[in-house]
Amino acid sequence: MILYLLRRLAVTAAILVVICAASFAIFYLMPADPAQGACGKACSPERIAEIRATLGLNRPLPVQFWDYLVGIVSGRTYGTGAQAVNCPFPCLGFSFQTDQPVWPMLTSRLPVSISIALGAAVLWLAVGVAAGVVSALRRGSLWDRAAMTAALGGVSLPIYFTALVLQYLLVVKLNVLPYPRVVPVTQDPAGWAQSMVMPWITLAMLYAGVYARITRGEMLDSLGQNYVRTARAKGLPEVTVVRRHALRPALMPIVTIFGMDLGALLGGALITESVFGLPGVGKLAADAIAGADQPVILGVTLFAAAFVVLANLAVDLVYAVLDPRVRAVG
Amino acid sequence: MTALLETRELVKRFPVRHGLTRRLAGHVTAVDGVSLRVEPGETLGLVGESGCGKSTVARLLTRLERPTEGAIRFAGQDLADLDETALRPVRRELQMVFQDPFSSLNPRQTVRRILASPYQYQGLAPDEPVERLLERVGLRPEHADRHPHEFSGGQAQRIGIARALALRPKLVVCDEPVSALDVSVQAQILNLLKDLQDEYGLAYLFIAHDLGAVRQISTRIAVMYLGSVVETADRDTLFDAPAHPYTRALLSAVPLPDPDAERARERIVLRGDLPSPLNPPSGCRFRTRCPKAADRCAAERPALRAIAPGHEVACHFPEWNEGNDQHSPEWNEGNDQHSPEWNEGNGQHSPERNDGNGQHSPERNDGNSQHSPERNEGNDQHSPEATP
Amino acid sequence: MTLLTVRDLTVDFGSGIRAVDGLDLDLDTGQVLGVVGESGSGKSVTSLAVLGLLQGATVSGEIRFDGRELTTLDQRSLRRLRGDRIAMVFQDPLSCLNPYYTVAFQIAEAYRAHHRAGRREAHKVAVRMLERVGIPEPERRARCYPHEFSGGMRQRVMIAMALCLEPDLLIADEPTTALDVTVQAQILDLLRELRREVGTAIMLITHDMGVVAGLADHVVVMHQGHAVERGAVRDVFRRPQQPYTRGLLACVPRIDGPLPHRLPTLEMTG
Repeated sequence: MILYLLRRLAVTAAILVVICAASFAIFYLMPADPAQGACGKACSPERIAEIRATLGLNRPLPVQFWDYLVGIVSGRTYGTGAQAVNCPFPCLGFSFQTDQPVWPMLTSRLPVSISIALGAAVLWLAVGVAAGVVSALRRGSLWDRAAMTAALGGVSLPIYFTALVLQYLLVVKLNVLPYPRVVPVTQDPAGWAQSMVMPWITLAMLYAGVYARITRGEMLDSLGQNYVRTARAKGLPEVTVVRRHALRPALMPIVTIFGMDLGALLGGALITESVFGLPGVGKLAADAIAGADQPVILGVTLFAAAFVVLANLAVDLVYAVLDPRVRAVG
Repeated sequence: MTALLETRELVKRFPVRHGLTRRLAGHVTAVDGVSLRVEPGETLGLVGESGCGKSTVARLLTRLERPTEGAIRFAGQDLADLDETALRPVRRELQMVFQDPFSSLNPRQTVRRILASPYQYQGLAPDEPVERLLERVGLRPEHADRHPHEFSGGQAQRIGIARALALRPKLVVCDEPVSALDVSVQAQILNLLKDLQDEYGLAYLFIAHDLGAVRQISTRIAVMYLGSVVETADRDTLFDAPAHPYTRALLSAVPLPDPDAERARERIVLRGDLPSPLNPPSGCRFRTRCPKAADRCAAERPALRAIAPGHEVACHFPEWNEGNDQHSPEWNEGNDQHSPEWNEGNGQHSPERNDGNGQHSPERNDGNSQHSPERNEGNDQHSPEATP
Repeated sequence: MTLLTVRDLTVDFGSGIRAVDGLDLDLDTGQVLGVVGESGSGKSVTSLAVLGLLQGATVSGEIRFDGRELTTLDQRSLRRLRGDRIAMVFQDPLSCLNPYYTVAFQIAEAYRAHHRAGRREAHKVAVRMLERVGIPEPERRARCYPHEFSGGMRQRVMIAMALCLEPDLLIADEPTTALDVTVQAQILDLLRELRREVGTAIMLITHDMGVVAGLADHVVVMHQGHAVERGAVRDVFRRPQQPYTRGLLACVPRIDGPLPHRLPTLEMTG
């Protein structure tokens, strides 16, 4: 098992290097010149050449990539002498626009993204799975049809639309919530929760719809399994039959997609954060894209990719714990 | 005259991967040194329980799988290493009927297209209209433009048979062709296969786990256990005087539809389960469940050798009754019928011939002397291991 | 003593599909009733109807078990009967066992559904039952999952689960159809032995005339939802009165007796 874990971690690292290479290639082969971006509008050709030298942009691409990888592992220094800029470990690049290394920019934004992602996840899991289970148990009923229509609505409504409607209703009309702002959970938990409710609902509406539909399908599938019939034939109470014998197998695929979704969200909920103006990783990405701050875009991409890949690994491990057939022979 | 199909020491190993890591855990030898022969116009029944490798044999013979080792001679040509292009003309004469008629028929195609596909693959013009072909297998001409789902299981299997017959093959490999069907439909399909054999002089390799069906259609029968053939005999000998303990147990396990006979008979109930093919027992594969197992069985793997003409057994202590003579009246004539090459033919397959001995069963001479007392005991007690 | 009486049982699946059509059955305490028929004869539907496990079907007629009418019984009382007094063994043991739980858990669960028993006590019952049905090393095997068992062992687990509460009636729906013939012999032996020792009545549903011949006292031959013939096993096998029964007996190729060149076939009706 430990050997397996080490191997999986090695594979994960390899995947990240590949993603790194791909994003690196895309960003540095794009027509926009990073040096131009770093320098600003009024910029002399000499200044650009100087920045190019500092960033190492005049060196061959593979060398640049190698430097970048080395930077991640051990930190690096851009330029020399008085102009030298230190980028400590783990160096995901240096934003010359904001004059700071990318890594601390990311980590300072992370708590907001985590707040949004985790809260929304709890909400959408609870609502989505519950709605799906009830729909499956009352297949074809009015509830089923209503829930599935709502789910379809939730899936198809764009986030910015939901977000704006929510803000109009809850903040402007009813005045029950403050406009979202950053309240650290450690200082004021209640205020934190209040400020996060709208982003949570916005995101959860999108995901709950998906989860309700998947749960319903999986439940219908597992309710039709022979072992559910066996459980009934044993004389188990219907609640036990559903919970123990139908729901548990049905949750297995949900674990998979939940891991993926959560991983992706931890890497930044771009639209939601932007709409509510919350300074999370997604907002950072949006701003960086708007400002063509390539080191930041690259950093966010890698950061988000790492979450997805690690979530993938976590899902596989959880699966091994949950499913005895996968666990079987180590 | 030579055999239509002959395999020699056919071996198929599959890699086995395990657990989360998908690491290679070893190889399963699904087919382990199988030598069979099918004469023109005869039916060789291949029986065994699940996991014995009989379906893999079918897939090797029709070259849906490539054998790991061994030779497959069909109509004078070795198929073992042919590529798909070279196999194309062979497939004209060597066809297959599958177990599940529905999953082996394309649901989107009409029967007409399904039955035309063998010709298309061969680049031939159909030599008889689809309607005629349907009539041969007991379906009506107007069925030609329907889709597979419009048929019952038995009818769908008839379509599968019609497709196999379209190119007028010499040999049809039938892999459990009736086991997915209801008993009354099974009888119809067995009769159809027999009628077609009478009409076209087809040979069949009939693979099944149902011993009744195998008896009904086969002229000779081979019994497989854990990848190897343990006994081969003509039909009557196999059912009346089985010599391998596994064959005997298999036969005694088949329930008879007769309450008195069923309750009165001696039943040999095998202990335990089939051993894992990943880690088969040493020596004789059957010894872990065999009522007669002795030390020698663990040490030495018994080779398939003849205890009577046309009756081969892979057992150190075969059951051998004087009854054999009674039950196989064709002892003498039978030779000529079933293996016409008896005299001039290849020694490998009839080890009791003098030239064959040395090659195929080196332990044969001492083996004989050891076995003889055992045979006599066996005769007297009849079947000491049988539980009443 | 009569244990189960079925009168005029009719099962409709809507849109005019009538799976069982006016079926009568009688089963005495401790007896084995074979219900034979081909697929679509309604034999499995009948067994599920007795347990009240049919979903989306209209069941009419009488099902009297030990003096109680089951068709009108409320769900709660029916649930109490299931597993405790009427247990069931199904055809495909792999799909009938939940892959996520150990075999001991699944047996103990049946026990605890009807007995006030702690986990440990129920586990002990499960281990004892596993031993009872001939699973080697029951202590260790109890903690295994169904996929770690062979087909025959899984069916033994199903039987252990069904018999852990010593039911009055065991409904075995094609209990050996998915098994190899030598394993089938083991399971049939086990059923014979348990019947002798526990005295459970068995309703044995199968398509295999041989299985009925070896185990049943009485037999009902079903065809298209009807009982076409019934009687003591010996009478029905020796002197079948109906052409369908005769055909069903004759069309099965046997491993003994004379060998016809062609098998007699049943002319399919309908």
